[in-house]
Amino acid sequence: MQAAIDADDTAPKLVLKHARERGDRPAFREKDLGIWQTWTWRQMAAEIRAMACGLAALGIQRGDRIAIIGDNRPQLYWAFDAIQAIGAVPVPLYADSVAAEMQYVLAHAEVKLAFCENQEQIDKVLSVRDQMLSLEHLIYEDPRGMRHYAQPFIHALEQVEAQGRAYDQAHPEFFEAEVAKGKGEDVAIIAYTSGTTGNPKGVLLTFDNLLNSARLASEMEKLSDREEILAYLPLAWVGDHFFSVAQQHVTGFTVNCPESSDTVMLDLRDIGPTFFLAPPAIFENFLTQIRIRMEDASWLKRKLVNFFLGVAGRCGVELLEGRRVALKDRLLYALGEFLVYGPLKNNLGYSRIRIAYTGGAPLGEEVFNFYRSIGLNLKQLYGQTESSAYVCIQRDGDVKADTVGRPCPGVELKITEDGEIVYKSPGNFVGYFKNDEATRETLDADGWVHTGDAGIIDDDGHLKVIDRAKDVGQLSDGTLFAPQYIENKLKFFPYIREAVAHGAGRDHVACFINIDLEAVSNWAERRGISYTNFADLASRDQVYELIGGCIEEVNRTLAQDSALRGSQIKRFLLLHKELDADDGELTRTRKLRRRIIAERYAALIEALYSERDHVEVESQVTFEDGRKGVLAADLKLREARTFGREATERRAA
Amino acid sequence: MAAVAQHKGREVAAGEVLLNVENISLSFGAVQALIDVSFDIRKGEIRAIIGPNGAGKTSMLNVVNGFYHPRHGQIVYKGRVRQQMRPHEAAAQGISRTFQNVALFRGMTTLDNIMTGRNLKMNRWKANLLPAALYVGWTRSEEMKQRAFVERIIDFLEIEAIRKTPVGRLPYGLQKRVELGRALAAEPELLLLDEPMAGMNIEEKQDMCRFILDVNDEFGTTIALIEHDMGVVMDISDRVVVLDHGVKIADGTPDQVKNNRDVIDAYLGVSHD
Repeated sequence: MQAAIDADDTAPKLVLKHARERGDRPAFREKDLGIWQTWTWRQMAAEIRAMACGLAALGIQRGDRIAIIGDNRPQLYWAFDAIQAIGAVPVPLYADSVAAEMQYVLAHAEVKLAFCENQEQIDKVLSVRDQMLSLEHLIYEDPRGMRHYAQPFIHALEQVEAQGRAYDQAHPEFFEAEVAKGKGEDVAIIAYTSGTTGNPKGVLLTFDNLLNSARLASEMEKLSDREEILAYLPLAWVGDHFFSVAQQHVTGFTVNCPESSDTVMLDLRDIGPTFFLAPPAIFENFLTQIRIRMEDASWLKRKLVNFFLGVAGRCGVELLEGRRVALKDRLLYALGEFLVYGPLKNNLGYSRIRIAYTGGAPLGEEVFNFYRSIGLNLKQLYGQTESSAYVCIQRDGDVKADTVGRPCPGVELKITEDGEIVYKSPGNFVGYFKNDEATRETLDADGWVHTGDAGIIDDDGHLKVIDRAKDVGQLSDGTLFAPQYIENKLKFFPYIREAVAHGAGRDHVACFINIDLEAVSNWAERRGISYTNFADLASRDQVYELIGGCIEEVNRTLAQDSALRGSQIKRFLLLHKELDADDGELTRTRKLRRRIIAERYAALIEALYSERDHVEVESQVTFEDGRKGVLAADLKLREARTFGREATERRAA
Repeated sequence: MAAVAQHKGREVAAGEVLLNVENISLSFGAVQALIDVSFDIRKGEIRAIIGPNGAGKTSMLNVVNGFYHPRHGQIVYKGRVRQQMRPHEAAAQGISRTFQNVALFRGMTTLDNIMTGRNLKMNRWKANLLPAALYVGWTRSEEMKQRAFVERIIDFLEIEAIRKTPVGRLPYGLQKRVELGRALAAEPELLLLDEPMAGMNIEEKQDMCRFILDVNDEFGTTIALIEHDMGVVMDISDRVVVLDHGVKIADGTPDQVKNNRDVIDAYLGVSHD
């Protein structure tokens, strides 16, 4: 049995290994009541043992599916190992999903037990429990507000662990024997993809998928057990599972959990992680905030920052990659590091970061280069749930802003004749749970995963992802139309939070813009423009002019590229409400759900392609408590300036 | 609202009388603010005081916490007659309050503002001026003890993210929450809330409702609150007393009060001659 445990081929076995080899090193930290609490590997292993035995005492069998619902808490991460230790399969769910979304996954996975963080999640599960025949138990971690729940099937984690310890004493061989039964090819988790279309699909990932990919990635980046990371991204997202669980298990580094989801920025500064992953939206938001604060700063500070950011823009990226830079710039950059970049990074909590990743969606070239120029080793990665997040990672010193780098070690990648990216990765999933048809569509007989992304491999062997293959289209005159490419250019402006470009099959491109409330309200305040709410602000003529200016800039850059010149934006409108995941317009990872937006705002799209200069709209909104309401508005439609072949300026028709 | 539904399900704590207001009259010059008002507050309940503008609600709270002294009548608190009491004495006896207009130290952080609420709970010998200035060992351990308590309140009210933010920079809804935190820091037996939800949007109101119910539930604190939002009052309070022009016109459960003829008249503005 000991030989089986030493095989290190499952996550629980690795926990036992770390508990032996680095038992006193911190495995987890969490800020609680203002103080960082630490759990060593040995303590973590003991907690997992108690939890696992407690689950067994409740009657959980090998192969049962167990949901994990909540924010990033150490106990919820340990639940993964505890569930896996006794051969059951964890199914993480997005904590901010509404009850109806949860119901689909809970029912589809035939979940037997739901491991919830707190009352909020328990209430959601209870509200859909009637339709769930398989669901036998609920466990909660945080007892607050739970005093009046007398149902016998709801258990406090503390009780479950206490029962587990008793069970462990009665059956001392049980835990090790169960862990030893686990094998690398067993399903480790079922990760439901949020999906921009249709119902979520349950991606089956094995221990081999996750741990082998994580080992290769950790070797490539030379990760050690001294890394510190902050686990703040949804734990149902495969990216977080790869970094906070798989990589932690193979290297033994420390995972830090924030005090609450609102304090992430403060906790980031406390911890100073060495290894950091963030979706593009976070880097974009930081940059927007930096710009807002800069505009509010005194004249001298503004001058100083602008000057040194100019220096960084000139030579920062070259210095990061160790290329040759003139002595004068070298000296100026050193001064800038002391005066501007260093304090800026320190303020964001980035001072100790050795490797930062962004992924999930493309990051604007300008934003990307900004961070690299101030000395942050920011790299893009490309992955999918179906590959355990492991396909391409940019290598140190070999980074191009508009690509996602070369395939990772062990990954084969090619572009099909239709221009679709396909790959074979050690992280390749074994199939979708209870959905063979979808599995056959995505995973072909030769083991290639079809991504649905359109891409090209450039001369240096770097992968360039253009767009979702099904989104790339043509205007009626045959011009290439890549909506995401245009939208990303728009989103670089701090005043624009989201953009939706339309144009497939039309004679020109038109778009919806979601203003960034924080940036635009700050802008309006300084100009003495008063407004009552989001919709009012978004309907102001001055704001239309501001956004019109941004669009003009984008058109100017599009005009420089012969293939894209025809896809300049001719007409636009500012949406009266923010696109929101609660309304189904974005996925939980903030990707546009184009089909739903196109259906819901069909009237607006038609108006954009008509001669009208305003359009009335009513749309449904979902409040945080799940209630729905209707928002009515009268939206203005405006034309944007476009540019011709020699950039000779002309007014749009 | 799950919290409210759940609250309705609990059995109303029919505790003994904590505070008895007996025949209180209060006047400012010729203006009669309160005329012969009597009611009681029982241990563990949420008691609402409602009424139209100028009905004497805030005056009533001010009498309870000793800021105003009634011309007639008396207040019996925990079985003892209480007269001519000053606000700080009321506070020492376990009565805390929040104000209609937020009354915090705007330049101080959330944490420091709530710490001020611990003032009464500090050990006088360990934390008086000289040892505090020298910050000797026992002062330090005293401060850590108080800080630990304040952190529990911060956690309870979910304001970790603004722990170090000066309250002047916070939106109004959060300032109200900090003020509630400061009142809780004194570990009150009776908590007086003067329009805790005034000027809030729906979401902030729902949050505040939940916190009030949780305070009542988790700490067993008795709560007397003034509120204009009838929906809120009917949802969260156990018993309601209605004042109009300084006179008590109704007293009972939310349902009894809602159907009371005088109350309907007072709110619809029937003339009083």
